[in-house]
Amino acid sequence: MALLEVKNLDVHYGVIQAIKNISFEVNEGEIVTLIGANGAGKTTTMQSIMGLIHPSRGEIYYNGQKINNIPSHKIVKMGMTQVPEGRRIFSELTVYENLVMGAYTRKDKDGIEKDFKDIYALFPRLEERKNQIAGTLSGGEQQMLAMGRAIMSKPKLLMLDEPSMGLSPLLVDQVFEIIKHFHSLGTTILLVEQNANKSLAISDRAYVLKNGEIVRAGTGAELLANDEIKKDYLGG
Amino acid sequence: MDFITMIINGLSIGGTYAIIALGYTMVYGIAKMLNFAHGDIIMVGGYTIVLFFPISPVVGIIASVIFCVIVGIVVEKSAYKPLRGASPLAVLITAIGVSKLLQSAAQIFIGSESKGITVNLGEIKMGSVKISVLTLITILCSIAVMVALTLFVKYTKTGRAMIAVSEDRGAAQLMGINVNFIIMITFIIGSALAAVASVFLVFKIQDVGPIFGAMPGIKAFAAAVIGGIGSIPGAMVGGVVLGFIEAVCGMIPPITPYTDAIEFAILIIVLLVKPTGFLGKKRREKV
Ligand SMILES: Nc1ncnc2c1ncn2[C@@H]1O[C@H](COP(=O)(O)OP(=O)(O)OP(=O)(O)O)[C@@H](O)[C@H]1O
Ligand SMILES: [Mg+2]
Repeated sequence: MALLEVKNLDVHYGVIQAIKNISFEVNEGEIVTLIGANGAGKTTTMQSIMGLIHPSRGEIYYNGQKINNIPSHKIVKMGMTQVPEGRRIFSELTVYENLVMGAYTRKDKDGIEKDFKDIYALFPRLEERKNQIAGTLSGGEQQMLAMGRAIMSKPKLLMLDEPSMGLSPLLVDQVFEIIKHFHSLGTTILLVEQNANKSLAISDRAYVLKNGEIVRAGTGAELLANDEIKKDYLGG
Repeated sequence: MDFITMIINGLSIGGTYAIIALGYTMVYGIAKMLNFAHGDIIMVGGYTIVLFFPISPVVGIIASVIFCVIVGIVVEKSAYKPLRGASPLAVLITAIGVSKLLQSAAQIFIGSESKGITVNLGEIKMGSVKISVLTLITILCSIAVMVALTLFVKYTKTGRAMIAVSEDRGAAQLMGINVNFIIMITFIIGSALAAVASVFLVFKIQDVGPIFGAMPGIKAFAAAVIGGIGSIPGAMVGGVVLGFIEAVCGMIPPITPYTDAIEFAILIIVLLVKPTGFLGKKRREKV
């Protein structure tokens, strides 16, 4: 049984259909990527899974349980969360308070304490700036904070929506290292990326989303070697 | 001497406005709506005090808080919650409707002539200045309430969740925050604050009618806007500023009759110079 299964999903914005009958799955322990150009429907898909947008048709299953009509905050409690597109950290709260918000659903004080230590070890910059208002962080630091905040909820399935967007090459590498790190600790990953090079390289499997439809699926290596994919998404 | 009296009056009027303005601003920041019925919650509190006052003033105050909170919850659940996600105009019209409904209900069930109580808490002399005990209590309670609220928002889990929801509802949901619950808590706090304000106002005016809350409500709304609607410190600043303007106008007899006009003129000037108010920010809206 897949950890996450999306079946025949349609999503509309008013009369515009943004997602057309897509189906895909993420198995426990995998890194799966959805790649697609601007406006392909990646964010729409991610937000539908989290219950932030309501699909017009189709089902979403988490651990075999249908979650279509479950409110977002309960989905988070079930073990899923998302690093949203554009980071969306709480700019009026401090770095520390942002991380505390990440642990909102948790009651295990000791576990939270330990995760704080782990996150500060992984992102020393966040520890240095823990009492700083998050809105004053640089773009790269905000991305680290958004990832740290999501991890504080201890998700089984972590979704990331274009985490490398707008970052310098050095920081992009760091983001992918961190994704691999969380994956190695047992977190299943669903990644959305526009620039497919790095994401396909770390993915077990990937799907290509085009104009709201899944037009191709395969292992990361297969898609990386595919000529059409190379031409459309790998800049060559 | 006049100067000290003015400061004390300003703080007392301003504290009352600030406490009401906090209700407007928190609901606006978190639920993204203008709760035009907020002033009428003060009226509910006012009648409750008048009703229970003969038993004991303390019972009156407690009953006022309980009643206001109940009415706040009922209004939120029955009128506003079903409109979550509806157009802002629909919500605004509904809020105005709720306001008129509460006023009409008071008129029908209690009557249009006002009900009064007599309270005299006396005065104390500080040097050459006489201050009424009520004024002093109003100032001290307002400060206590504002400090408590600031600490609550800054240091409790629910308080921080309120900031998170007001800044980015979608991202807050991704933290596992139940937005409807946070909105409900906000209405409860706002209504309890309205009840506290109703205590100050009833003890001062000693007369409650169906539109008892309308004027303080609209003034406090102006205070919230002057301070920057959505901002908690803004509501406090806006309330105190308006209180001082009122106190100054009250002490200069030729302009006293124009107090309300001057207050709203200042609101307009502030909005022309700084459309977001003193401490308000431009906000991005996201799913
Ligand atoms: N709130 C909205 N209202 C109307 N149309 C929308 C809305 N959000 C997205 N769309 C449309 O839906 C389609 C898919 O958008 P989506 O944001 O999911 O794409 P994306 O793959 O995430 O793109 P990007 O790479 O730019 O983030 C686009 O055509 C977009 O214009
Ligand atoms: Mg997107």
